[in-house]
Amino acid sequence: MTTASSADHPTRRDFLFVATGAAAVVGAAATVWPLVAQMNPDAATIAAGAPIQVDLTPIAEGQDIKVFWRGKPIYISHRTKKQIQEAQSVPLSSLPDPQPDSARVKAGHDQWLVVIGICTHLGCIPIAHEGNYDGFFCPCHGSQYDSSGRIRQGPAPANLPVPPYAFLSDTKIQIG
Amino acid sequence: MSGPSDFQPSNPALKWIERRLPIFGLVHSSFVAYPTPRNLNYWWTFGAILSMMLALQILTGVILAMHYTPHADLAFKSVELIVRDVNYGWLLRNMHACGASMFFFAVYIHMFRGLYYGSYKEPREVLWILGVIIYLLMMATGFMGYVLPWGQMSFWGATVITNLFSAVPYFGESIVTLLWGGYSVGNPTLNRFFSLHYLLPFVIAGVVVLHIWALHVAGQNNPAGVEAKTEKDTVPFTPYATIKDAFGVSCFLIFFAWFIFYMPNYLGDADNYIPANPGVTPAHIVPEWYYLPFYAILRSIPNKLAGVACMFGAIIVLAFLPWLDNARTRSSKYRPLAKQFFWIFVVVCILLGYLGSQPPEGIYVIAGRILTVCYFAYFLIVLPLLARIETPRPVPNSIADDVLAKSKGRAATAASVMFALAVAGGLFAGSTQNAKAEEGGDAPPAQSWSFSGPFGKYDRGSLQRGLKVYKEVCSACHGLNYIAFRNLADAGGPGYSEAQAAALAAEYKIKDGPNDQGEMFERPGRPADYFPAPFPNEQAARVANGGAAPPDLSLITKARSYKRGFPQFVFDFFTQYQEQGPDYVDAVLQGFEDKAPAGVTIPEGSYYNKYFPGHAIKMPKPLSDGQVTFDDGSPATVKQYAHDVTTFLMWAAEPRMEERKRIGMQVFFFLVIFAILMYFTKRKVWANAH
Repeated sequence: MTTASSADHPTRRDFLFVATGAAAVVGAAATVWPLVAQMNPDAATIAAGAPIQVDLTPIAEGQDIKVFWRGKPIYISHRTKKQIQEAQSVPLSSLPDPQPDSARVKAGHDQWLVVIGICTHLGCIPIAHEGNYDGFFCPCHGSQYDSSGRIRQGPAPANLPVPPYAFLSDTKIQIG
Repeated sequence: MSGPSDFQPSNPALKWIERRLPIFGLVHSSFVAYPTPRNLNYWWTFGAILSMMLALQILTGVILAMHYTPHADLAFKSVELIVRDVNYGWLLRNMHACGASMFFFAVYIHMFRGLYYGSYKEPREVLWILGVIIYLLMMATGFMGYVLPWGQMSFWGATVITNLFSAVPYFGESIVTLLWGGYSVGNPTLNRFFSLHYLLPFVIAGVVVLHIWALHVAGQNNPAGVEAKTEKDTVPFTPYATIKDAFGVSCFLIFFAWFIFYMPNYLGDADNYIPANPGVTPAHIVPEWYYLPFYAILRSIPNKLAGVACMFGAIIVLAFLPWLDNARTRSSKYRPLAKQFFWIFVVVCILLGYLGSQPPEGIYVIAGRILTVCYFAYFLIVLPLLARIETPRPVPNSIADDVLAKSKGRAATAASVMFALAVAGGLFAGSTQNAKAEEGGDAPPAQSWSFSGPFGKYDRGSLQRGLKVYKEVCSACHGLNYIAFRNLADAGGPGYSEAQAAALAAEYKIKDGPNDQGEMFERPGRPADYFPAPFPNEQAARVANGGAAPPDLSLITKARSYKRGFPQFVFDFFTQYQEQGPDYVDAVLQGFEDKAPAGVTIPEGSYYNKYFPGHAIKMPKPLSDGQVTFDDGSPATVKQYAHDVTTFLMWAAEPRMEERKRIGMQVFFFLVIFAILMYFTKRKVWANAH
């Protein structure tokens, strides 16, 4: 019942036991891999996340629409001259997450603001054209964003994120 | 074995818990210090194998339930998408579906072992009855699980099995309606089956705990059938039984992996790859193999109620076994007559299983009746009688004596192992001969496919040519509902780039909508779209094709099969032959003849085909020489078209096949090495015990 090996002399038996134990650990780890990996998005879900194209012609000045991409609401705002003016004239030092308006829109397309409409606080969806800054207001915990989608007041730590997008023409964008 | 534990943890944290909840002591006394008879053979390992299988089934089942949709309209598709799109979904599905078969395989060995060594005898009656209850629960769980994919066999199996209860006098019809939750098997049935299929394994786990508890109170039986008396008769569970079970489990896993990776559909029925259709019954409704003996008993009795009663009786009778067999000697090893009758009974069960898979006609019915009588006679006549008339041989005084005697009997064991290997080798060698002998008749000849065997891969050229044939010919009538354009760029597929797949998708018009105006519209296809069906719905397909709706081709090579028969299917196990579907589809495409041979008449509006069952097929000859031109200079012949399009359809049915075989090879390599290491470790550990 007692093992014959001594501590300072590793024997062939010790080697066998360690090798078997190591193989068991490797096998267990390899088995766990697919059991965990299956939780990742499946191929159909990933394919459904392909870029989408949005026609901007029906959106009048001062209006905005909400489209969905990868399950997230994307606000596309056709900003008024006043909104653009407000967004550009804010001193950056007064912003919690300083970012110039030019970094949030595409050059030459100042009137179009495209942001992911998910509050950076805890993930609620802010309401457009509400709040004190001519931008967005999150009803959950009172975060307020300006007409450039930047956080101005409330618990949210960061600006509304800008999704990857590009202008295919003056009236058409591709998101993704 | 029982009573308060003498386990004393030294760690203060463990001590703190142990005083309040003595769980470590329980584990220690049950699985570490627990004395095990030292003469247990490998038949006893199946208890550990069953524990592992239950855990594995629950684990994979919980995961599959994360991806499965229990709705009559979506269930079939959700299972297909698990296999195609979910990461390692094909592996999890195979593990669960083959796992059910392995679970039953192991439980049958476990039960026969109990039967042979008299494990049901005093003081283990409750242990045995708990086992019968577990078996019944397993049968219910397995049946309901089989229904969930909502294929043709699922649907009709559910209809047939639930109708068993209509045999109950007076209340039968009401019971069946209650089980269905509707006028027929339908969505409510599927929903409750899913719920119960998820619940019952946990009930099984609960009863297994009682089963093991009862085992640990009575102590394990052993091949000698004498109780352990002194310490010399036993060894501690850990490390001795633990390491031996671990070795047994790793050998079992090799066997299991053979199915998971190389013949996942070997034990299933091809009809279950056809979506459930309440309007058409499959030609033969056959349960999974593990229910076949009971199915044969059911069909042997020419009376509905009596048949159902006999079928359930065949299982219930097991619970009374401890009182039917009251022989003093426990192990059949020392009962010369009981031993012979035991093996006759095993053969009866196997033959009943074979009969259950055959159509109930002619000689099969008579044989079924005789064997049903034999089955019950074993329990009700042979065992009670043997206990009275048999003179058993003397049993050893103690387990220790048995162990000493056994070391002399090694040669016989070695001889029987050699014999088993020789038989297996003979079967293997015979299979090649037999496959050739098949070629003459009307059974589709076996083709040579690049994708067969453990290293099989799809031939890319063939896949691309097959896609061309599908697009130019087949797609006029058939769809590919489960193949998306993006799949064409998947690894292991036809080898197109993503841009090529997107360009091919753009050639198709896809119906989409509604748009902001609430209207449906057409747009060019995208990679995420699926190959559209040529008809808007089944009715339109029927009208356009003289009443027969052309099937979707995504699964055709898995949904078609032809009979391999006995002993062919035994050889198929060793050769990993999985290509009935492709062989069949290829044969049908080439089997058209302009005129039916003399003496054969086929119905108006159908065409003669050598390989189609009944020889009358509604589809006119779809392929003729020179119909499709290949860019790569392959011959423009029907033979080539049929081969290529079948290869393509095989890929459409199983796009992940290359991944399956590649990972299978790695798993095999690992398991063999692991089992060898385990074997030597086990030998080293047990060297201390002798």
